[in-house]
Parts: sequence; structure tokens; C-alpha cells
Amino acid sequence: MKKISRFIRDFLWIVGSLLTVSVAVLPAPARAADPVTLFNVSYDPTRELYADYNKAFSAYWQSKGGGAVDVKQSHGGSGKQARAVIDGLEADVVTLALAYDIDAIADKSGLLPKDWQAKLPNNSSPYTSTIVFLVRKGNPKAIKDWDDLVKPGVAVVTPNPKTSGGARWNLLAAWGYALKKFGNDEGKAKDFVAALFKNVPVLDSGARGSTTTFVGRGIGDVLLAWENEAFLAVNELGKDKFEIVVPSVSILAEPPVAVVEKNAAKHKTADAAKAYLDYLYSTEGQEIAAKHYYRPRDAAVAAKYASKFPKLNLITIDEVFGGWSKAQPKFFNDGGVFDQIYAK
Amino acid sequence: MRNKSVIPGFGLTMGFTLLYLSVIVLIPLAALVFKSSGLTWQAFTEAVASQRVAASYRLTFGTSLVAALINGVFGFLVAWVLVRYKFPGRGFIDMLVDLPFALPTAVAGIALTTIYSQNGFLGKPLEAIGIKVAFTPVGITVALIFIGLPFVVRTVQPVLQALDPDVEEAAVCLGATRWQTFTKVLLPALLPALLTGVTSAFARAVGEYGSVVFIAGNMPMKTEITPLLIITKLEQYDYAGAAAIAVVMLIVSFFLLFLISLFQKMERS
Repeated sequence: MKKISRFIRDFLWIVGSLLTVSVAVLPAPARAADPVTLFNVSYDPTRELYADYNKAFSAYWQSKGGGAVDVKQSHGGSGKQARAVIDGLEADVVTLALAYDIDAIADKSGLLPKDWQAKLPNNSSPYTSTIVFLVRKGNPKAIKDWDDLVKPGVAVVTPNPKTSGGARWNLLAAWGYALKKFGNDEGKAKDFVAALFKNVPVLDSGARGSTTTFVGRGIGDVLLAWENEAFLAVNELGKDKFEIVVPSVSILAEPPVAVVEKNAAKHKTADAAKAYLDYLYSTEGQEIAAKHYYRPRDAAVAAKYASKFPKLNLITIDEVFGGWSKAQPKFFNDGGVFDQIYAK
Repeated sequence: MRNKSVIPGFGLTMGFTLLYLSVIVLIPLAALVFKSSGLTWQAFTEAVASQRVAASYRLTFGTSLVAALINGVFGFLVAWVLVRYKFPGRGFIDMLVDLPFALPTAVAGIALTTIYSQNGFLGKPLEAIGIKVAFTPVGITVALIFIGLPFVVRTVQPVLQALDPDVEEAAVCLGATRWQTFTKVLLPALLPALLTGVTSAFARAVGEYGSVVFIAGNMPMKTEITPLLIITKLEQYDYAGAAAIAVVMLIVSFFLLFLISLFQKMERS
């Protein structure tokens, strides 16, 4: 009896393992075309934004006679998500943190044309964000601007630019400020950024990790954060604990969106996918973005929420750095500026 | 092959085994080697031996070795206590040993970082006496000790159980001192199992990512582990470079597996 039961157990184990493997390997059978299912592959901090937006879009699409639409979401680090799409994750649309990541999808997989960024208005970025400082209540170290971050004794928390898209914006914003301050002297800008990173005690692998380090563990005097993450931290964790400091200069972060054309054609979702992104530019879409602390592009909506978003001098990646295709290798690839400031 | 076996059909089960191993292990590994083969020899050595990667090898292998050795000593003690003494709560402690196996490594990493960071429960008093744990190689070692403990305990335990206490008593009766009994009687019998356990813990530690990445702080040249550098290469879409470092790790793993099977042979003979 014992032998038999063991045999059955082993047999079930083998069959179970094989089933697991085959389920994981085989593509899911195609389902009926109606209702439409859209798959949006996005990055980490947009979780709440798209949860809201998907409901609004679904109602809108039905009111237009488009039938039921079900939007599935996937979130993760922007670079990791892009690699998943390149490796075959069948996204209909991608909404990522950096144009560089969508460029990589276009280059390496050919699933969308190389000029994807010209297909939608405003560099295909329906909303923008920027980098601000989050400091502890009362701002005990009196941090007002980027200059205060390089002072000795100030601990700055930022994620690792090698692994985090948000951290790349942080470094570029600091660089942009230093260029302005030192009259476009790149050597001095590099010293400035090196001094800033000398004040960084820990480089978490992602933006949420850094927020945990700063907020949860009480490490550091200032957190370099996405504006929307900073608002979230202040509103969720207490206005009595943190405040936002807006530097004199920061960078205009343009998180881009695109239809992954070949996947959408294959799923016969091209129309719905395009409408999904277009609707982001509508008044309703812009309102939802603003509610989740992303800066709206639409002038009327921007005016309505003007009190929420402090005015500051924003540099753009195209003006100062010549776009991501130039900035990425110069600053963040192996041997780039970030590596140089840590090499002896 | 002709004797009656519990599972019928040598051909069928062997077929399953080969298919299973190919799908799960061999094909992914072959893909890894294939990816890195796109590099010229010079690009390959540059990817695997640059200053930064070399620093990460020193850190990864150094902390893994220290953690495995510490586990060798204290894992042995835990196994000894669990086998040789009967006390209330023994079953509970025995279960606790397996916790690092069961816990998601990210959870372990976040918990350890919270405890050992400068404002944490243990980190604060340690910082007061000048010991920084989180975001230093010490912290990495702590995480690796945590994940490696069950390997040593679980390999030493069964061997220790099979060892009759009578043998030690006989040694004592024949006039051996405690130290002599330990080094001449116990240790030779336990050494292969202990070495297997320590090497397994070391092999596990070398590849660990989930728990370490939180407590390491990821400072370039100081606390970047090798698996993190693989991730950073992937972030710049340098698949070949990432695969090249992975191949180096793979060779090390094979070498460690070879050592483990060698120790196991010793144990059987």
C-alpha cells in the first residue's frame, strides 16, 4: 500500500510539473473578439492613475458604441517592462517612464515604427512630471535648492540611476542646474554631480525603494522624487511629517505612451488601442492625470489645477541633452558619467 | 534495469527525466551561452573583468564565504542541539530553521534592512558603538547568513542522528579528552556532511539577489553584488554583456556543484 501511494504521489508530481510547464510555455487560446481586451504595460508609479483611467475609458468607449472593453495592466520598472515586451509580452499599448525604453522596443523588436514618438501630440507624452525634493517637516537642514544638496552633512536619498528610470531624471536635473550655474562648463557640472552623489548613503534599486528608505526608515535629509510620488508621500503619510521643496530649476519628465502596432494588429485591437491613448489627451483624461499629480498638457485643465503644481523653470531633455538616445550612453551606460564619478 | 521497480517503465521515466531537465535546466543555460557568444573575446573579457565587475566578485565571493563559514560553525551547533538534546520547544526550533527556505527573499531583505538600518531595532544600538550593518558588506553578510543557515543544519542533522552516542562514550572510556573525542571521533564522521552544507550555503549565497539588494545599498565599487551588475547591464539593453557575467557565475556554480558531489562521495565511502 505504501509503495502504491508513493507511486501515485510521484506520478501526480510528474504530471503536475509537466502541466505547469506546458501551461507556462503554450500560448493561451485566443478568445472571442468581443469584448475587446487591451493590455497596457506600464511602469511602477502609474498604478493608481491607470486604475482610475481604465474605468473612465471603458465608460467612454461604450458610450461611443465600441462595446465592452477590458483593460489589463502590468506594472514594474520601466526598463524591465520594455524588455518583457521585446521578449514577447503581448502589450497593445505601452505607457513607460522614458522614451529610451520605447525606442529600445522599436529598435530591438520592430513591433512599432522608429518614429513612434511623432504619432501623438507633445512627444507622445499626454502628461508630464518633474523632479522635486521631499524634506522632513520644518526643513531642519534648510534645503532650498540644488546647491544645498552638495553641502557636507546633508544626506541625499535617490535610487540607483543604473537600475531606476526616475533616478536618471534626478541626475540629469542636477546636471542641468549645474550647467546653468557654471555657464555650461561640463567639467564643473560633473564635479557638482559627484559632490551630490558623495552625499548619497544608499542607492536603492527603484523609486519606491528609496521612498521606503526615506519615509519608512528615516534615513536622509532629502529625497529626490517624482513630483507625483512626493505628493503621494505627503498626502498618504502625513502633512505633519514631510514637506515638498521645489528647486529653482528642474527637468521636464515626459513619460511617453505608444501603441505597439504589430501586437494590436494581431489582436485586432488597433482602433481601441489608439482611442485608449487619444482619450488621455481629452479633458476627462487630463483631469484624471491631474488628480493623480501628473501635470496635464491641456491648457484649460492646467489652469484649473495651477494651484496644485508650483511654477518652476523646467529644462527639457531634448534641449539640454539632445534626447535620450544621446543622454543614455553619455551618462548611464558602462563607462558613462555616473560610472566616472564613482571610479577612482 | 530489469529488477522490479516501483515506477514502471524505465524508458518512460527516463524520457520524462530528460525532457524535464532539458526544458527546465539545459535549454535556458544553452541560451545563456549562446547570447554571450555574440561577443568578441575582447568584449567578453571587458564585460567580465572590468574594475567594477571585479570589485563585485570580491564582494560577492568574500561575503558569501564569510557567511558560509559562520553558518558552518553555528549551523553545526544548531544541528547538535537539535539532535542531542530533548527540550520543550525543540520541534518549534526545528521548524524555525526552515523559515529562510520558505520566506520570500525580498521579505527577508526588507525585514533585515528595517532591523539593521541606522534607526532600526538592532541598527541603532550597533551604530552607537560604531558598527554600521545595513548598506555595508557586513549587512550583506548578515542576509547571506540568514538564507544559508538551513543548508548546513539540514545536511549535518541526519548524519549526526545516525552517529551513535555510544561511540563517543567508548572514546571517553578509552581515556580520550573532550577535544580528542571531538577532533578524532566526531569530526571525521561529520566533516563530509559539514563541507557539503557549507558549500551549498556558499553556492546559494553567490547567486542571491532578492534579499541582498535591499540591505546592500548598491553603492558602486563598494556594495554592488554581481547579480546586481547583471541587472544593470540588462537595463542598458546590453544582453550580451549580462549573459557574459552570467556565464562566469555559471562556471563558478558548476565548480561548486563538483565540490559538493565530491564531498558527498567522501561521505558515502
